Amino acid sequence: MAEYEIPNDLRYTLEDEWVRVEGERVTVGVTDFAQQQLGDIVFVELPEVGSSIERGEPFGVIESVKAVSDLYAPVSGEVVEVNAELSDHPDHVNGDCYGDGWMIAIALTDPGEPEGLLDAARYRKHVEERSRE
Amino acid sequence: MSSLRRTPLFALHRALGARLVPFAGFEMPVQYRSILEEHAAVRNAAGLFDVSHMGQIHLEGPGAVSSAEWLLSCPVASLHPGRVRYGMLCNETGGVVDDVTVYRLAEDRLFLCVNAANVEKDYRWIVRNAGPDTRVEDRSARSALLALQGPASAAVLARVCELPTASMKRFAFVEGAVAGARALVSRTGYTGSDGFEIYLAAGDAAGVFEALLAAGRESGLQPAGLGARDTLRLEAALPLYGQELDDTTSPREAGLDRFVKPGGFLGAEAIARRHAAGDPRALAGFVLEGRGVARAGYGILHDGRAVGVATSGAPSPTLGKSIGLGYVPPALAVPGTRIGIAIRDRAVPASIASTPFVKR
Repeated sequence: MAEYEIPNDLRYTLEDEWVRVEGERVTVGVTDFAQQQLGDIVFVELPEVGSSIERGEPFGVIESVKAVSDLYAPVSGEVVEVNAELSDHPDHVNGDCYGDGWMIAIALTDPGEPEGLLDAARYRKHVEERSRE
Repeated sequence: MSSLRRTPLFALHRALGARLVPFAGFEMPVQYRSILEEHAAVRNAAGLFDVSHMGQIHLEGPGAVSSAEWLLSCPVASLHPGRVRYGMLCNETGGVVDDVTVYRLAEDRLFLCVNAANVEKDYRWIVRNAGPDTRVEDRSARSALLALQGPASAAVLARVCELPTASMKRFAFVEGAVAGARALVSRTGYTGSDGFEIYLAAGDAAGVFEALLAAGRESGLQPAGLGARDTLRLEAALPLYGQELDDTTSPREAGLDRFVKPGGFLGAEAIARRHAAGDPRALAGFVLEGRGVARAGYGILHDGRAVGVATSGAPSPTLGKSIGLGYVPPALAVPGTRIGIAIRDRAVPASIASTPFVKR
């Protein structure tokens, strides 16, 4: 099985997004497992600052050379920041998915919502189950 | 996945860390490390592809050449032994059954290299429509095919064989040994870069693939998968059967007039009739000006109206833009025409471009 980086200080979704909690705001991106599955990222479509998003709804699109995938909101809230670098450097998602590859920051509607997300250990199991297929 | 077939190189692909996907009933490598890296390797150095899923249909006998002349849109009688041509099998409505390359082996022997998804269809088509004194044999299962493509190809190949690789002309082929295995080598390819296609017996394929990888290391040769094969052929604006071509598309609509002889082949009359009546659409290349990636099936817009459809699309690693092919009304198929590509809920600005997008 390939090695997948899964930082312990982040939370995760079943759709392979990571969430960094910073008080009442979170930063969101896709995980190392996701970027390896997708391959070379060539385009990321992100929402406008100020838009509201609902947990579970698609908030954007990530395109690799061969495929188009939706990005799903891990929490509900208002988009307060968008990573403009990804416009010219979609490859940041491949090279540094937890750092320069960050996608959006959301001001939480419900500050307790991130607790319902997967912790690193449970996300690792989710990855391992699918890697075995 | 157990119902998928495998080429003789399957174990080698696994060992090289390939991501394998279903394609035309086979489990094939879409990439080893990165589609973009493998694409760049072909453009700047060399890439090695396993395309053994493709088919080989042999025609032999006193009637073989006449049969092929009748079946193919390209001339065959005038094809000398040692030469290859691109052509199409067409149907009675002027559509394309498959696009192929035909190799003249001898006076009364030739073979067609056919698309993987069409092997059984083409075999039945040829058997049904061939003339007398023609033996038709599907040798796909016992053959393997490697494609070595890129500017360093000739140098790499020269390290594993004594064949005249440097001086061989495009669309010519020779037979001889490659890395000790009996092979037929043609200076052909599907990438738009210089390169060779190497036909082998199935049992020799893995050994030759490994020998080429070793010989090519110093030149930057990389194994390359179907993902890069598609982005490369798209930059070269080469059609892909199932996307630009199908049994409803006329070769002339697809811009392949130069591979269509005036008459004397199955489908000629229908092609000519359709053209005389005015082919309603023409295949054109386009480049996106806005951000995004065009893909097969996306609508093409002009003056706000839907006028056509994209048949292929991808980012062009060489150009740093998104490119594509699609069918539009012939009047719009002029380089510079401004169009829009419908990507989800946006009309992304694009313009018709002359092709190929990337020249040798």
